[in-house]
Amino acid sequence: MSMRTYYSLLLAVVGCVTFEQLSRAADPVKLDSLVVEAQQQRVDVMRRAASATISIFGLDGGGGGSGVIVTPDGYALTNYHVSSACGDHMRCGLDDGSLVDAVIVGIDATGDVSLIKLLGRDDFPTAPLADSDEVRVGQWCFAAGNPFVLATNLQPSISLGIVSGVNRYQYPAGTLLEYADCIQTDAAVNPGNSGGPLFDLSGQVIGINGRCSFEKRGRVNVGVGYAISANQIKYFMDILRSGRLVDHATLGATVSTDEAAEVLVSNILNGSDAYRRGLRYGDEIVRLADREVKTTNTFKNILGTLPKDWRVPIEIRRNGETQTLLVRLDGVHTEKQLIDAVAAGLGGAPPKPPEGHGQEGGPEQDDSEQDDSEKDDPERDGSDAPLKEGGEKEQAAEGLEGQPDKKLVASMLEARAGFANYYFNRLKREELSGQLQSLGDFTAAGGRWTMSGLLAGETTEVAMDLDVKSASLSVGQRATAIDLDKPLSDIVAARGEGGLLLAMRALQELLRTGPEKMGASTYLGRFPVYASTSTKLREQPRHDVLQTLWYDAQVRFSIDPKTGAPSLIEVFGDVGQDPVEVYLADYQTFRLGDQEMQFPSRLRLQYGMEPMMLIDLKSVSFDSTSRPSGEATE
Amino acid sequence: MAWLAWWHALLRSVIKFMHYRLQTVVVTCSIQLLTLTVFAEDTRLGSLNGVAIGGELKVVKLYGAGGSGLDAYQSGFFISAEGHILTVWSTVLDVDEVVVVTSDGGRFSSTVVGIDPNLELAVLKSEEPPTSYFDLNKAAEGRVGQRVVALSNLYGIATGSEMASVQKGVVMARTSLNARRGAFESIYQGPVLVIDAMTNNPGAAGGALTTLDGALLGMLGKELRDSGANTWLNYAIPVSELKASVEQIMSGKSVGRTQLTRIPADRPVELNTLGVVLIPNILVKTPAFIDLVEPGSKAARAGLRSDDLILFVNSIRVSSQATLAEELKTIDRADEMTLLIQRGKELKEIVISP
Repeated sequence: MSMRTYYSLLLAVVGCVTFEQLSRAADPVKLDSLVVEAQQQRVDVMRRAASATISIFGLDGGGGGSGVIVTPDGYALTNYHVSSACGDHMRCGLDDGSLVDAVIVGIDATGDVSLIKLLGRDDFPTAPLADSDEVRVGQWCFAAGNPFVLATNLQPSISLGIVSGVNRYQYPAGTLLEYADCIQTDAAVNPGNSGGPLFDLSGQVIGINGRCSFEKRGRVNVGVGYAISANQIKYFMDILRSGRLVDHATLGATVSTDEAAEVLVSNILNGSDAYRRGLRYGDEIVRLADREVKTTNTFKNILGTLPKDWRVPIEIRRNGETQTLLVRLDGVHTEKQLIDAVAAGLGGAPPKPPEGHGQEGGPEQDDSEQDDSEKDDPERDGSDAPLKEGGEKEQAAEGLEGQPDKKLVASMLEARAGFANYYFNRLKREELSGQLQSLGDFTAAGGRWTMSGLLAGETTEVAMDLDVKSASLSVGQRATAIDLDKPLSDIVAARGEGGLLLAMRALQELLRTGPEKMGASTYLGRFPVYASTSTKLREQPRHDVLQTLWYDAQVRFSIDPKTGAPSLIEVFGDVGQDPVEVYLADYQTFRLGDQEMQFPSRLRLQYGMEPMMLIDLKSVSFDSTSRPSGEATE
Repeated sequence: MAWLAWWHALLRSVIKFMHYRLQTVVVTCSIQLLTLTVFAEDTRLGSLNGVAIGGELKVVKLYGAGGSGLDAYQSGFFISAEGHILTVWSTVLDVDEVVVVTSDGGRFSSTVVGIDPNLELAVLKSEEPPTSYFDLNKAAEGRVGQRVVALSNLYGIATGSEMASVQKGVVMARTSLNARRGAFESIYQGPVLVIDAMTNNPGAAGGALTTLDGALLGMLGKELRDSGANTWLNYAIPVSELKASVEQIMSGKSVGRTQLTRIPADRPVELNTLGVVLIPNILVKTPAFIDLVEPGSKAARAGLRSDDLILFVNSIRVSSQATLAEELKTIDRADEMTLLIQRGKELKEIVISP
């Protein structure tokens, strides 16, 4: 047989083999219907999750990070180190390929979170926030975002992983940034993923990806990414809506662990609210903000997720007995520190300063050309660094869709020291003013209001007279009066019934003249209001807080967003003093002429945690100058 | 025609092999897809929480020697009810007592029972018996395509009672390790499970690789690069490779260096040509203290000084001048040599080209 025959035979055999191979490979694997369904379900969840995930760029197409939309009118979350690199006016790409304008709303530089608002629609796809305390190690999760700014069609990349660790604490990396109580995942999180969501399998956001451990391989994923927990974000969301530079909390006390692994107070500032509430050196801390404190690290983790000014419950054990204290938290930074840090671009200087930004720039972006040390030194040993995409921005979304609407955006940006965007503070205040007006037209009320009632559950008669410069109260035979020309802080310091008069005068002023005319006012965000006997943070309603400077005192009005009615008035005197607290409840209709006015019928005066007086009002006259007594008649 | 028959036989076997491969692929595919069925509405369904928690009780955080660019922590796991811990042999263990921290917050000291220089593993014994441990006799064999979980304290993220980190992955290959550390071939060149979980990170070495059922597959290896591709390798040494050695150490026998991994060099390194004079070797275990370094010599240029104590040569522990001499015989003059020395209270790594 010739060589030629050998070869042709050989070819034939090889051909057979290949054919056999191909026919086998083409046979599809018969999948169980459960498998197909589960797969389809996962695809659906991821598609839904992707629709709420956005890419974020600077106006020049630079910067580049990710975010997630949380409300249909376009509020979205991202990292501070992403928004700071993009400037106050951002361009956001959606999964459907559209590109919309967005403005900065609020900045939490410490927590590395920014709230932004996408413009032009009120039907944006959204993703719900999960209860991240329920996240467990080993559960599946997936990250969505724009790693390496790959997606020129703006469709997010998805990477699947598991939760590698929970309650992780990552120290500040030479900046304000502190990642407390974060979620560690092995889902691939790379530069460009920053600010993007980490989802659970049902498509709820369990965290915002923002940081990674890097080492010898440079700035690429090494199986260790960190996400800011959804619960921390839920605490801060409504505070970020105030347009402020918001701050995290300190207790005014430090803790350490003893040999028995108990977490004990090791140091306490005697000017702190914690001290005034009764926290002392050596007390064992059992729970903080509803969560069990097992170690010093968990204490730091929990505290690191809480906003400044909030009141939270601390359960302590002393001599075998437990008690719960409600402590008002102080801020980690001074306002100046926050302003300076944000102005310097700490925690995320832009890779290059956004062009055309100076004209409309907010206060935080001045002098933001600080060099980006992390970028220059990518292989810093074992460093954990925020994931900023600085490299491949040339392919970012330029010319994908219409031009940015600079005019509209400019109308929604307002620079002011201490604010990320004052526009949104004004917006919220206007909204609250409108809500207050729904209680009745108090502009028609006179300058002097009188009211009478009983001490709750008693027969002791109470009468109150609120005039412009003075106010008086009689409880049975006892009488109290205040003079508003004297320092209000003295009235606060006296911790007496005068405080009730002060707070009610402030309420009168708020309702009659409105917050804007009353004094310099700021919307602070939503704080928990402990109106009932419950001390669980989780159970407290969160009300909008409006702060006004009135005479020499700072007054905070908490307003129930459901009813638009004030629920608490706090009047602050000097630093280190407990404020006057007057809780308002049971709104009833009282009359002024033929108008119906909503006014609280139950008042509770309180300093610290102890109620001092509870009053049920029976009648209120809003125009006592002309009608000195009784209810207003027709 | 004998030719043709031979070809035919060969091709037949190829076909058979292909069948086999296809079947395995189909099987692994269906296994993988079956695990997908757990994806349902429940956010935590199919969670690896069970295997994570189960493994966490067995995995420990180890703390020992470190300094000047060397990490002072690594991972390990319990392998006996008496408190034996398996980990990698490294400079971290170069202390009298290695601190063991368990995921329930327990903290106690341990001592090195023995090491295997060929596998670069060490067995420690802790003071306290564990609540739970991996039984090497019940270990599983890793199959390509199999889903796995890696448990380790990479980057030292977890401290105290915090749980070590959990990563998911797939066995990508079962192959022989072809890796290097720096310029050197790794000492261990035997079978490994290559995985796609990123375990090649500081502190991960000594961690456990398990199946989704929690059965032990192997021990995460040291940080090494693939010799061919120069990429960092994520791998584990299978239990079947290390079991005999570990049992030998646990029974109190020492494990010697095998011929396989230690071939005497053609042109061994000599101290005097480097310009190093050690202190007089008068004891059975005279420490390798440098008495003198000749000015201008290779040793001097590399930064060695008198009074330096040589602790490691190419990651091999130097317990005496005798072991140093033995070790130098295996190093060729053409290769770089890395010395870990102690100078005062400082540890220093010095690279010499003999």
